[in-house]
This record gives sequence, C-alpha cells and structure tokens, in this order.
Amino acid sequence: MLNSLSVLSSQSPVVAPQGAGDMTIPLILVLALPAAGAAILLLGGRRTDRFGHLVGTAAALGSFVCALVLFFNLLGQPADSRAIQVDLWTWFSAGRWQVELGLLYDQLSALFLLLITGVGSLIHVYSIGYMAHDDRRRRFFAYLNLFVAAMLMLVLASDFVGLFLGWEGVGLASYLLIGFWQHKPTAAAAQKKAFVINRVGDIGLSLGISLILATFGTTSFAQVSELAHEANTGVLTAIGLLLLLAACGKSAQFPLQTWLLDAMEGPTPVSALIHAATMVTAGVYLIVRSNFIFDLAPDARSAVVAVGTITLLMGAAIGCAKDDIKKVLAGSTMSQIGYMIMASGLGTVGYAFAIFHLLTHGFFKANMFLGAGSVMHGTNDDVDMRHYGALRKAMPVTFLTFAMGYLAIIGFPGFSGFWSKDKIIEAALGENLLVGICAIIGAAVTGFYMTRLMLMTFFTKPRWEEDVHPHESPKVMTVPLIVLAALSVLGGLLLINDWIVKFLAPVVGEVHEHHPPIPAVAVSVIAVLVVAVGVALAWFLVGKKDVPREAPEDVSPFVTLARNEFFADAFNDEVIAQPGLKMIKGLHAFDDGVVDGAVMGGASAVGGLAEVSRKLQNGFVRSYALSLVGGAVLVLLALLVVNL
Amino acid sequence: MTTPFIALSAILFSIGAIGVLIRRNAIVVFMCVELMLNATNLSLITFARTNGNLEGQVAAFFVMVVAAAEVVVGLAIIMTIFRTRRSASVDDASLLKY
Repeated sequence: MLNSLSVLSSQSPVVAPQGAGDMTIPLILVLALPAAGAAILLLGGRRTDRFGHLVGTAAALGSFVCALVLFFNLLGQPADSRAIQVDLWTWFSAGRWQVELGLLYDQLSALFLLLITGVGSLIHVYSIGYMAHDDRRRRFFAYLNLFVAAMLMLVLASDFVGLFLGWEGVGLASYLLIGFWQHKPTAAAAQKKAFVINRVGDIGLSLGISLILATFGTTSFAQVSELAHEANTGVLTAIGLLLLLAACGKSAQFPLQTWLLDAMEGPTPVSALIHAATMVTAGVYLIVRSNFIFDLAPDARSAVVAVGTITLLMGAAIGCAKDDIKKVLAGSTMSQIGYMIMASGLGTVGYAFAIFHLLTHGFFKANMFLGAGSVMHGTNDDVDMRHYGALRKAMPVTFLTFAMGYLAIIGFPGFSGFWSKDKIIEAALGENLLVGICAIIGAAVTGFYMTRLMLMTFFTKPRWEEDVHPHESPKVMTVPLIVLAALSVLGGLLLINDWIVKFLAPVVGEVHEHHPPIPAVAVSVIAVLVVAVGVALAWFLVGKKDVPREAPEDVSPFVTLARNEFFADAFNDEVIAQPGLKMIKGLHAFDDGVVDGAVMGGASAVGGLAEVSRKLQNGFVRSYALSLVGGAVLVLLALLVVNL
Repeated sequence: MTTPFIALSAILFSIGAIGVLIRRNAIVVFMCVELMLNATNLSLITFARTNGNLEGQVAAFFVMVVAAAEVVVGLAIIMTIFRTRRSASVDDASLLKY
C-alpha cells in the first residue's frame, strides 16, 4: 500500500480540467469576498459602523454572483469534467504527509455554494432591517460574513484537513452569533453549551481524520476515494462511525442534539442561516462527501440510518410540545435533518435525495425562520405562540410567505418539500420497511406540529399582550421572505427529469435501478394521506378550541417528555456532567492531598531539619575551632585506617 | 635524627591547638595560632633537610609571609572589636549566629 501511495502522490491524480484557468479567480473570490468583509468590519472597528451592514451585504451578494458565474460555467462543461481543483499552496507538510490548501469545485460543492451564498445574501438583506435598532449591527454583519466564509471553506475544501478548518470556523461563528446578545445570561449559557457539545463532535472528526491519515497516508478526498477499497472493512467502519459522531455534533442529531434548541437564543436571522439552512446541514455534507467510505462500510451506514431515524421522530415530537415559535422550528429542523442523515445513510440511492431535501429545506426553513423573526418584530420580540393568534390580518405578507413554507414542509403536493420528502420516504421504504414507516410517521407528525404553529400564530383568536400592536415588517425584510417563499414553492423543479440525481451522479455514484416494494405513486398517496391526518388532528385539537394563554399543566406524560426535550439535558447532567464533576473533584482532592502533600511534606521535612541543624551555628568561635580540630582528627584517623 | 625536631614540632602544635580551644582572650588565641604556624614551619624545614632539597624551606617562607599578613589583618580586627565592645574575649563576639 505504501508503494502505491507514493506512486499516486507523485502522479498527482487530480488533474485540473480544461477551462479551469478562467474559473480560478471567481472560485477564489467566492471565498475571499466574505472573508475580506469580515476582516474589514472587524479590523475597521467603529469607523465602519455607519456603512458596515452595506459592506457585509455587498460581500455576500458579490460572493453569490461569483457562485452563479461558476455554476453556469460548470453547466457548460461536459458532465465528466465538471470538477475544478485549484491548489493554492502547500499548507503544511510533515514527513510524507502533505496538506495542500486546495479548493475543489464539483457538482456537490456547486449546489452548496448556491445555497450558502444565495440564502446567505437574502438573510444579510433581511438583517439590515431586523438589526436596524441594534447598536452593534456592524459587528453582527462581521460575524455573518465570517460564518459565510467559513462555511464556504467547509464545502470547497479538497482535503479533510481543509474541511476541518471550515468546520471549526463555522463552529466559532455559530458560538459568536448564538451569544450575540451576550448581556443575556441565557444567551451566554446557550453559546457555551453549543460550543462544548460541538467539541464532542469535533473530537470525532479529528479522530476520524487521524484514522484516515493513519490508514491511507493522505487526507485529500481524491486520493482517499481511490485508496478506499484497499482498506479493511473494520477500519472503514470505524472511520465512518467517527465521521458520524462529527455529523451528530454539527447537525444536532441524537445523542448530541441538545444544543440546537438553546441556540435559538441568537438573533433570528442567525437561527435561519446557521441553525436551519446551512451550518447544521454540514453533517449531511460530510457524510455525502465521504460517500467513498460509507459505501464500503455498511455497518456505519446502518448506524447513520438509525441516528437519522431516531432524530427525525424525536425532533418532530419536540416540535409538537413547545410553545416557543423558534423552538418549534428548531425541533422541526432537527427532524428534517434527521431525514437527510437517514437518507444519506441509505447509500447511493439516498445521497442525491439527502442533498435535494437539504436544498429545499434550506429554502423553506430559512423562509419560516425569517417569517418567525418578522412576527417577533411585530410583537415586541415575544416568542410565545400562546401570545399570538390571528396575526394573518396584521401581517399579510409574512402570513402568505410563511404559508408557502408551511405547505412546503408538510409536503403539500406540488410544493418543494413534497418532492424531496417523498423521494426520501420512497428510498427508505425500498431499503428497510421499518425505517420507511418511521419516516411516514415523521411526516404525519410534521403535518401536526406545523399546522399547530400556523393555527396558533396566524389563526384562532388574538391573545396579544396589551401593549402589542402587530404590524407588517419593512420592505427590506419582506422582500427576502417573498424570494424564499418562491423558492420554497419552486424548489421541486430541480427534480424534473431526475436532474439533480443525474447532476450529482459523478460525485456520489450512479443509482442502480431499484424496485420499491410499493409503487412510487402509492407511496406519495400514503404520505399525503398521513399528513392530512396530522393536519386534521391539529385542526381538531388546536384550531377548533380556544388556545389558553398559559400552557396547561395537567398534560400526559408524553407531552411532559417532549416539552422537556426527552430529558436529554437532565440525562447528560446526571450521566456525564455530574460523574465528570465528581471525577474532577476526586482528581483535585488527589492533587491537593497526594501530589501537593508529597511536595509540601518534603519541604517541611527539610525545613524541620534545618531548624534543628542551624542551632550548630552558635556564634562561638571556639566551638567552630573544636569542630575543625575534631574533623581534622577524624580525617587523620581515616587516613591511618586506610593505610593500615 | 630528625625525630626530636618532629616531636618538638608536634608538641608546639598541640600547645597551640589546645590554646586556641581553651583560651578566651583574643590576643592569646592569636598567639597560639602563630605558635601552630611556627610548629608547622619547623616540620617543613626538618623535612627539607631530610629530603635534601629546598621545597620545604620555600613553603616555610610562604607560611611566614602569610602569617605576617594575617597578623596585620587579625590584630586590626581585634583592636576594632576591643574599641567598640571594651572586651577582647572571643566568647563575647558571638553576634553572628542562628
């Protein structure tokens, strides 16, 4: 293996295709613009306060234009030479291991680039309005730009180490933005929680990369994918599980899901961009990008499917029980990402649909989060849905755009979510009946909780606080909503003629013909029917009754369970944090008692000895002289003894 | 034939050493030190005669030079102590201790 490796690296297997030269500059710009924006705003300080938001938005828009240029250039290339690899410089090298700081622009990165810069730009525009009254708005845009740059690094890296750089970058940006209102103790606690739990996932990623390096001697995607079949299955499974752990941390999947609901402490555009549309989908990207490993490790894929299925049900259940509009949407995000993770665990049949659902979810969930932000903007930043009601008349644009997102997420026929979720359910049923049924149940629950949210927010009777006068948001906020609503409706167009599947095939592999046990049409009908049941249930349980202004206390154990997020925090606290604290206390006691005891005991023994022996220094010259003579006599005697 | 000289030297040295140990008056202690040095000189010269070379005699000259220098410094110190403390007893000058 070592020999083949050295041959490979000397041949440099990734060859830049023709026409790459003219695309190098846009490819670098797409990354450099937001990075420069962040640098200008952070280094410029207060001098850029007046126009900081414009610089930030322009950087994001410029990046989006570059992404469009790249994308249309890509479409113009023949299907087999659509990957552009640009090696910027050798980042570092240690022994035979060389890490090139390279950018890989292929079909998968292309879609992500459009999503990140496109939705990112809309959210920048929206934030101009949303953060208008915040005197730290410039800093907010700096962090947003930093996030966009890091996320682009994540999806453009041609090497696991480069991906890790972006991975940590988005983690930092997420930390900074969750705690943007750091004067609130809850926000400060939430940012710390998100960071710490993400570290657990990051350990998985760094160990996974180390194992890849140890096994293949390289970390570049191209070389690892060529060498993957030479490694044994056990190692590949271990790599797959470590990468899954990383994905769980970043994408808030079971068992590392607890940070996402608290992350809603951040400003709402942040929730829309980072904690719904882009960063939390990085786990899906990681698994789809590492398809060459997961394809050869069926056990790791089963684990991925299990994690995705558990999370999609868990998130949906949490969405049903929460009264905080952003937390309902966060539970929903968990659930939808569960769908994507599950789909990517299905292997080649699922990768393209995972990415498809990721894109449509990016549209409709960003739309709904921004809609929720617009609602909060109009109701003095109240997030409790029990204080809403009948807002459709006060905020018609927000209502209509939100409704498009709503119809998309529940999978109303024709809307984008219908196509993407339907395909995932179909693929799941084809692979494993149980998983497929769980996915269908998840769809029904999605119908329930989203309808509950719609009814409590926009319908039913007004339950507003006394000083609240709901009003529509300014144009700068509604226009992005309208664009995202249009994308939520039209996102399904990507599936025409299986375009997205064929487009992604060079990266994720060709889909072989598979024959689902149930015909595709029947799956769609079943999915629509169960969603209809969920919607009807919500209408009878929420819409027809009066919604109490206070959450009822006497609820079934299931509701208590879901309201408390399945007691995951309590579990973590009891099982991990408390024993950890005990261990630390034990170590502290050991350090205090044994280590410090040995050191301090040694010191005081020496001190005590000195206390005794210093009495010899009594100041009498004659006693010194006596010891001198005594010593001389002893030396003399010793010499005599030796000579004898 | 050198035995009497060495014996005299040993006796003189012992008298000096015992004087240093038992006498309190700094001047007497000082004289006893000189006595020990001269006893040593006597042995050095005796051994030089025995070995038939000059090395022991050269060493004896060195001892005399050092002793002369020591007398200059030592007497000055004793004088100063006597002026400040009105006593030449070595047991009284015992401030430098634990």
